Amino acid sequence: MFKYVNRPVKRVDALAKVTGKALYAEDISFPGMLYGAVLRAEHPHAKILKINTAKAKRIKGVRAVITADDIPGSKLVGVVKLDQPVFAWERVRYIGDGIAAVAAEDMDTARKALSAIEVDYEVLPGVFDPEEALKDDAPKVHEDGNVIVYHKVRKGDVEKGFKEADLVIEREYKTQFIEHSYIEPEAVVARPVDYGGIEIWGCIQNAFTTQKNVARVLGLDMAKVRIIQTPLGGSFGGKDDVMTVMAARAALLALKTGRPVKLVNTREESMRESYKRHPYVLRYKLGLKRDGTIVALQAYMAADGGAYASTTPFVTWRSTVQAAGPYRVPHVKVDTYGVYTNNPYTGAMRGFGSPQANFAIESLMDEAANELGMDPIEFRLKNGLRDGDETATGQKLTRHRVSLHEVIEKVRDAINWEELRKNPGGDGKIRRGVGIACSFRGASLGAEGVDIAGVEVKIDSDASVSIEAGLTEMGQGIKTVLAQVVAEELGVPIERVTLHPYDTSRVPDSGPTVASRATIVGGGAAQAACWKLREVILGALQEEDGAERAWFEDGVYRTEKNKYSFEEAVGIAIRRGKGLNAVGWFRTPDIHWDEEKGIGSPYFTYVYGAQAAYVEVDTETGKVRVLRVAAAHEVGRAINPAMARGQIYGGVAMALGYGLLEEFEVSEGIPLVKNFDDYSIPSSLDVPEVIPIIVENPDPDGPFGAKSLGEPTNELLAPAIANAIFHATGKRLRELPMNLEMVLLGRKLRRKRK
Amino acid sequence: MKKLTVNFTVNGERVRLRVPANRTLLDILREDLGLTGTKRGCDTGECGACTVLMNGRSVNSCLVLAGEVEGAEIITVEGLGGEEALHPLQEAFLEEDAVQCGFCIPGMLMSAKYLLDRNPDPSEEEIREAISGNLCRCTGYIPIIRAIKRAALKLKERK
Repeated sequence: MFKYVNRPVKRVDALAKVTGKALYAEDISFPGMLYGAVLRAEHPHAKILKINTAKAKRIKGVRAVITADDIPGSKLVGVVKLDQPVFAWERVRYIGDGIAAVAAEDMDTARKALSAIEVDYEVLPGVFDPEEALKDDAPKVHEDGNVIVYHKVRKGDVEKGFKEADLVIEREYKTQFIEHSYIEPEAVVARPVDYGGIEIWGCIQNAFTTQKNVARVLGLDMAKVRIIQTPLGGSFGGKDDVMTVMAARAALLALKTGRPVKLVNTREESMRESYKRHPYVLRYKLGLKRDGTIVALQAYMAADGGAYASTTPFVTWRSTVQAAGPYRVPHVKVDTYGVYTNNPYTGAMRGFGSPQANFAIESLMDEAANELGMDPIEFRLKNGLRDGDETATGQKLTRHRVSLHEVIEKVRDAINWEELRKNPGGDGKIRRGVGIACSFRGASLGAEGVDIAGVEVKIDSDASVSIEAGLTEMGQGIKTVLAQVVAEELGVPIERVTLHPYDTSRVPDSGPTVASRATIVGGGAAQAACWKLREVILGALQEEDGAERAWFEDGVYRTEKNKYSFEEAVGIAIRRGKGLNAVGWFRTPDIHWDEEKGIGSPYFTYVYGAQAAYVEVDTETGKVRVLRVAAAHEVGRAINPAMARGQIYGGVAMALGYGLLEEFEVSEGIPLVKNFDDYSIPSSLDVPEVIPIIVENPDPDGPFGAKSLGEPTNELLAPAIANAIFHATGKRLRELPMNLEMVLLGRKLRRKRK
Repeated sequence: MKKLTVNFTVNGERVRLRVPANRTLLDILREDLGLTGTKRGCDTGECGACTVLMNGRSVNSCLVLAGEVEGAEIITVEGLGGEEALHPLQEAFLEEDAVQCGFCIPGMLMSAKYLLDRNPDPSEEEIREAISGNLCRCTGYIPIIRAIKRAALKLKERK
């Protein structure tokens, strides 16, 4: 039995947050601090002919004005590809590019200085649609062409599959730009330090990525760039590249002036500059037998990467390898392009390529069931992956329990599927319907890269414990998870466990906190550190007691002669001169992906989810109201069931916005959205009743059997709603968001540029 | 910018400040008084992160100008309750796991306090309405709504 793990332990960081004591990035100040501001591009695609900063520099209170010319090292940064300028020179490629930055004694002066900088442009034709950008005569966003990346899957022979099919259906789906909408805008404070380097405090999701890039820009050793992460006021994948660029600019200003510099985006700047979720166009072709068996699937996807590559190569890879959904398909062909345009750039956002692919495949499955006259759940259960089956990429699922049927059956019962399909309710004007979507999702990074994390655990002489971890707390609760794991594995009361801030100078590089991987890799590393410490402590007890054997059981340290509490055991170990700190490492099991052949095992394990939505459609206004959602997610084991349910509530709400409300509208590269007054995320009045269902089938390769949850909760509701709208009205919507005009007219009404 | 002198109280303490006339209450709290518990999210009154109580009413402090603060009584999250003596709302938010990233929470707490001050026994619809101006991207609001219900019960029991 567990004492801390698998229990709804209270969050370790919540007290500071409810009392207003938690210090977020903008709350940090240093004596002598200057305020920075950034001048941004005026056109989505233009040549920069001249930048004149002379007038700005003469303004009283201005301490520095910098451009690309002031960069001592690399002018470019990037997660995968070095293609994004810290400051644009020669050319701007999107409306959020920075041209120059100012540091001044106060914010008003900094802003005044920005308006005194003169930039001469020669406007260039731009390209604003990924499929246009793929044409030979399209304007080139970067010299080496507009294709950021191409991925494929090849299994069997789709042509043969389609010949064998009794029915072939072809459909096109489209998704939109959306904004992460973290409530805390981006902020950093950089200050020069006496070891010849720089310290940067900020809401930086992936501090090691930022450290590496900032070091490159400054021409400094990484060891001289120290990033101290402040609590993130939301991120959802969004505080990565944009924070790297911001941190680099603040660092340049701080080193130039020799003073601390704070840089904060207003909401308008945040919306203009920050990256978005990728819009996709997805064309699917599905071959079916009369009895409902899927025989072949072909998919083509084009993702709008915007002006810079960011994580597009990885986002589109996940869409590609999960394109066929959690189904047995003998013949598969998928081709995916990530493409440069002069739109705002796109990158990581909770779901990471799966919300788009799932909207298509899960709508398509419903369309197929309808064509065949089958119940959508019956159709999914018939084709859904089971233990030992082979995925669309040829991976045999043998090491973990394939939980697809279990999650589908759980939501079917929770939403009262059978009854609602027959009698959905409503009247002539108000129609009601119920729909479902399901998925499997590869846990952690998969073949994106080395998947390893380290956590240090230290025991002080009073038997209190500290954890130093390079895994980001952005609200999901990783700090609490790590405290639970350490309390469990050391037998220390959780109140005596403290987590220090994520500081790149103190914690092992654990890669990015992305891909819903923190619990798996961070939990595994913390566990490994505790095991090392336990060995040391047990060795000391053996010496102390002259014992044959020492062991740890039910939170107690034992020899055949004595029993010791954690505190007593630590006292003995310290008296006997043992060092009580340890770094534990966790590496996910090996996987193999053949990018050339488009086949392999992209992830070491998968999680399974299903969500059903019961909706109401007002046929006179097009308004869709979600009445109830049942969400079942298989997570391996929930380290903290209360926080797991919290992920489900939050993921469902965010996906409701994706499905019904949100679109970051962009016209010829110019955002039509500036602030939350013209970008509606779900409010307390929009969220439905949610029935969260946690399914636990512990995974042999995760710590305590744990896998992932953050992202799967956010990748299913949009297609479930689309399917429910079809059930309610007979109208099939293949484009997001399903707002009033889409539901009522079946097309988008475009807003005019302001 | 013309400067003006304003007198008001924040969390029971008297404050006298000379500030530019275009300074917002949000900036006065955060920049001049160092009360950074009140958060900045949009500067346009859309997100609710900067919600405080002014003369007992909830306001978006980013929309209140210095001149309007004269003589006012302001309560921020720092005045709601400290670690030693948490307000029932703060306790309930902890108990219901209503906090994730935490950035919306100070504003959410102040909107909830305004509701419970006027209406000690709110329905779920009234709670949803009361916090509809406070955006949260993490929690899906459900645990927050539960926490406010729980706080109402706690307050009733204490009476």
